This record gives sequence, C-alpha cells and structure tokens, in this order.
Amino acid sequence: MSENSGEQSNTVSRKSEWGEGLRHGFPIACGYFFVSFTFGILGATLGFRWWETVLISMTNLTSAGQIAGVKTIAAGGSVFELALSQFIINLRYSLMGISLSQNVSEDVSGPRRMLLGFGITDEIYGVAASRRTPVTTPYFVGLMTLPYAGWTLGTLGGAVLGDVLPKAVTNVMTLAIYGMFIAIVVPAAKESRKVLFVAAVAAAVSCLMYYAPVLSEVSVGFAIIVSAVVAAAVGAWLFPVEDGARETAEEGGACRE
Amino acid sequence: MSRFFVCALVMMLVTYLVRAIPFTVFRRKVRNRFFRSFLYYVPYAVLTAMTLPAALYATGSMAVAAVGLLAAAVLAYRGRGLVVVSLASCAAAGLATWVIHLLG
Repeated sequence: MSENSGEQSNTVSRKSEWGEGLRHGFPIACGYFFVSFTFGILGATLGFRWWETVLISMTNLTSAGQIAGVKTIAAGGSVFELALSQFIINLRYSLMGISLSQNVSEDVSGPRRMLLGFGITDEIYGVAASRRTPVTTPYFVGLMTLPYAGWTLGTLGGAVLGDVLPKAVTNVMTLAIYGMFIAIVVPAAKESRKVLFVAAVAAAVSCLMYYAPVLSEVSVGFAIIVSAVVAAAVGAWLFPVEDGARETAEEGGACRE
Repeated sequence: MSRFFVCALVMMLVTYLVRAIPFTVFRRKVRNRFFRSFLYYVPYAVLTAMTLPAALYATGSMAVAAVGLLAAAVLAYRGRGLVVVSLASCAAAGLATWVIHLLG
C-alpha cells in the first residue's frame, strides 16, 4: 500500500514537473514563433525552398546562427566559413551548458544529457539555469516542447506565407523573449545586490561592445560571451558565494514560479 | 549529396556539439569557489547582456521597446511570473505603437 502510494506520488511529481516545464515554455514559444517567422521570410527572400528553411530550424533551434548560416549559404560561402561562423556565434551555448550542468538533478544520466543538450537555447537555458529546484528530465523536456513547436511552425509560416502578418504585430511580439529575461533577472536583482551588480556590469560591457567603434564589429554571439564572462568573473572575484543554490534560496533570487 | 544538405548537416553538427558536449561532460558539482561563484552569476550576466541594448532595437522603434521593457521591469519587480510579465511587455508595446500611430 505504502509502496503503491509512493509510486503514485512519483508519477504525479513527474507529471507536475513536465507541466511546469510546459508552462514556463509558453512565453518562449510565443516569442520564438514571431522571431522564426521572420527567419522563414528571410529564407524565402534568399531563395530557399520552404522545407529547406524549416529543416534548418528543426535541426538548429537557434536564431543568430541560422540567420548567419542561410546568408553564408546563399552568398556561396565555403563550408569551412560556415562551420567557423556557427562555432563562434554558438560558442555561448558551451558556457551555458557548463553553467546549466550545475543546476541539473544528479540522477540525469549522460545519454539523457546528450539528448537534452539539444534544447539549450538562450531562453530555455535562462529559465532552466535560474530555476530554484534542480532541473529534472521531465521539466526540461516540458520546457523544450512548446518552444520547439513554436520555432518550427513560425519558420513554416514565414517561409510559406511571407509577409502576411502586419509588421507592427511581429515587431511587438519579439519583445516576449526580452520580457521573459527581465522576469528572471529583476526579481533576483531585487533581492540580491550582488546579482544587481553583476547585471549592471553585464549591461555596461554589452553596451560598450555595441556602441564602441571597433568593438561593434564583433559578432553578436561573441559579444554576449565577452559581456557575460567579464561580469560573472568580476562578480565572482568581488562577491564569491559559498553555495550557489543556498545563496539563491537565502536571498530569494531566481525564478519564482 | 547536394550542397544544401552538406551545409545543413554542418550547421546542425557544429551547433549541436557546441551545446551538448560541455553540458554532458561537466557532471560533477564544481568545488572551486571562484568558478562556482562565476557559474552562479552567469545566467544573470548572460540574460542582461542579451537584453541590453539589443532589446531597444528589437521593435523598430526605441520608444515602443522602452515602454514594453519598462512595463516588464515594473511587473517583474512586483513579483509577477514569466508568462504575465512577458505578455504584458508585448501588450504595453502594442499600446505604445497604437498611441504613437494616433499621434503621428
């Protein structure tokens, strides 16, 4: 009897983990739909067939890398150039992967990590890495599901339908993703001055790299890495934390939902 | 194989390996205090660096973007969840677009 109920509660918790992931993935999916819609349009303008653009979205699941990729392919660039640009633009995912590995439940096996690793995007990572409780497989799968669907369907829509959505609507919807970033950082910065400091340094470096004459030539993906590494290193140097997880719980940072 | 498939395959492999290898290899908890603190701060640093200043240029109008971001910041400060903050940000920006359209 007791074994039975234990099993039941395990199923329930797996389900609720999955459900929570699904819920957290919803705003990401909204943002992705509109961002990938514009990617679909770009593919069509560059002369790709609709299924080619959709195939790229389904196998890459990343915005900046895909945009650079189709532009390189359309311009007749070499495979080496293509590989190098993908590597540099997407290198930030390595940093995110290491960071996220610290917040993943220890019972998630190596092969499972290899599968889940596919879903590390800026947004999915942001939500998963700042989660208070360790990330489980059902949570991460739930979190990936809707964004993947949104990314694929948006690309399909853009590639097939082209410019049907009014520009004002797509413009505004791209903010969904940034709104979500803010929903993660602001509550954490509100309760921990250390996090606030790190975020301020990151913003300053990022703006510097965006506006400074020579630095602004750097690719977006690389600029993000530099900004994040500098800010996190300064934070770690000035305000080392004893235990990341406990710190968050005590200061009440991270994602609340 | 056509050039497209070769290119698509290269894109897929590079993107996937860059993501999955570090995530799979790093399994133990980091013990080094500096590196652990560093990793603790990374998410907030990454998200902020991606938002500023890029988000200001995301909508084609800096004023519209600023209104949306400000709405998000206020609601997030008041402890609203991801979905609410995110959609409210779009709604506020939509409203700003409409107001600017009326005025303009």
